[in-house]
Amino acid sequence: MFVYFSKRLLGAIPVLVVVAGIVFALMQFAPGDAVSMLISDEASEADKARIREAWGLHRPPVVQFLNFLAKAAQGDFGMSFRYREPVMEIVLARLPATVELAMAATLVAVLVGIPLGVLAGARPGSIWDSLASTFSFAGISMPNFWMGILLILLFAGHWHILPSGGREPWGLGLDRITGFLLLDALLQGRGDAFAAALKHLALPAIVLGTNMMGIITQLTRASVQEALHEDFVMTARAKGLSAARVLWRHAFRNALIGVVTIIGLEFGALLSGAMIVETVFAWPGIGSLLVQGISSRDYPLIIGLVLVYTTIFILVNLLIDLAYTIIDPRIRIR
Amino acid sequence: MSFSLSALRWQALRRDYRHLTGFKAGFGFAMLAILLAMGLFSPWLAPHPPNQQDLMAAMLPPDWTGPYVLGTDHVGRDILSRIIYGSRVSLIIAGAVAIFASATGVALGVIAGWFGGWIDDAIQKLVEIFWSFPPLMLAIAIVAFVGQGLGIVIIALTAQRWIPYCRVTRAETIALREREFILSARTLGASDGFIIRHHILPNVMLSIIVMTSFAMANAIIAESALSFLGLGVPPAIPTWGGMLSDARSYISTAWWMALFPGLAIFLTVLGMNLLGDALRSQFDPKLKSH
Repeated sequence: MFVYFSKRLLGAIPVLVVVAGIVFALMQFAPGDAVSMLISDEASEADKARIREAWGLHRPPVVQFLNFLAKAAQGDFGMSFRYREPVMEIVLARLPATVELAMAATLVAVLVGIPLGVLAGARPGSIWDSLASTFSFAGISMPNFWMGILLILLFAGHWHILPSGGREPWGLGLDRITGFLLLDALLQGRGDAFAAALKHLALPAIVLGTNMMGIITQLTRASVQEALHEDFVMTARAKGLSAARVLWRHAFRNALIGVVTIIGLEFGALLSGAMIVETVFAWPGIGSLLVQGISSRDYPLIIGLVLVYTTIFILVNLLIDLAYTIIDPRIRIR
Repeated sequence: MSFSLSALRWQALRRDYRHLTGFKAGFGFAMLAILLAMGLFSPWLAPHPPNQQDLMAAMLPPDWTGPYVLGTDHVGRDILSRIIYGSRVSLIIAGAVAIFASATGVALGVIAGWFGGWIDDAIQKLVEIFWSFPPLMLAIAIVAFVGQGLGIVIIALTAQRWIPYCRVTRAETIALREREFILSARTLGASDGFIIRHHILPNVMLSIIVMTSFAMANAIIAESALSFLGLGVPPAIPTWGGMLSDARSYISTAWWMALFPGLAIFLTVLGMNLLGDALRSQFDPKLKSH
């Protein structure tokens, strides 16, 4: 198994190189001179040439790309045009916020989607089924930027019970240990900080998790319904097991493999959704960083972020493959 | 529980299911029809020109009896008229992305599935690379670097949308390739092109139709997301996503600016998704046999 995962990890490297190449090629289409991001337009030609040389922009794009690859292999993604700091440092500082949000959103999706799907699948045609169906289609079709705006309008603007954006109230004074605020608050025994962070996390996580919730509900419903017609379920019933036990231990467990697959597949959509949700809620993660990077044409930052996003996506799908072997003992990876 | 009782229950269930499918399809078709009508007849349906500003009438709340039924935005443009005109961009994008993505994806999928070998390997590699971008990420990169505009947004959204078509068509082509009627066509000396056109394509058509419904839903939501981020079509053209982007700054004072354009996106996308689901349960032999 170790060999299998090492192979998969190594196999991801050429993909990442091509992804970087595509983004690099796209950058060549960008209008204007990258130097204008670094120095004012009134600067003399000599100064511009100096800046160009200092940032390596005077070289042909192919050489720039190869240079980038050589450095990236050592974890150096270059300097951000805008922040004048190493891209990797900026990204790593903001990564925990996005991971925390994505995990919370997945949790929301799973905690709502699975029970709803199981209830609907166990009693097709019931009120639960209609409810789950309505809920899931609404969830799948919901534009997350709209939902975010509406929830801010209600919870922050109208009822004043939740904050409208950001990750923590000003002056919370929580030391960063892991970068995950909820975890940091627990580690420092700060109940007030935990509650404050949770309040800030609630709306973005619900909004980001809604699409995935809809998909999980539908898939769980279909899988449970199918599993309930299988022979092993009939055997379990014939053995005299309780309905709940048959449903959860036998039918649901078999449905779980599909659900886990869909979480992996949808995680990519969750990452893209995070760009929008983070922008709506002023969440200081890498999604809003990318949107800002694009508007300020911070090329090194953009390419670094695209690669980080792609790497996370590939890693999550690898983890999902690993999860299969735990959920379904019949699956053995060679 | 006796056998006959459970059979009866199943019959009732199936009836319910058909009811539901009918409702979904009806709702989906209705939304599609409304979208088409709004897009085609916008100049006649819209009470005001979409970009006509009236600063004296800025941020008027909805008034069912007044000249601005759904209210006005921050520069006094009529929300209803902008929603009606905004449907054009959604319609064009959804249609164009569906056409280009299905054409590309089906062509590559059939070629990969039919010829196999290194051609298949090459196309599979292409799929793997394009699929490793998180969705929307590639589109954002394309629009951010190449520039804004309707054509570029269409290309950007097609860049990943062809993949589901390619995967499904490839799998179905491989399954069809070994079937008797294809083998006999081959034995009779039919060319590759003939078999693909007359035997393979008609057989993958149903899946393509179902996927197209979902692809259109996806394209509409993706376009509004791009416009919302300010990366869509130029701001002079009214779009639903762009209207929402404007609304963000006035969220506490003018809720109608956010509510109605979003509702338009939501209902349209919901319609397409329900239509796709209804078509799938109608066409999918696995579901039908239940």
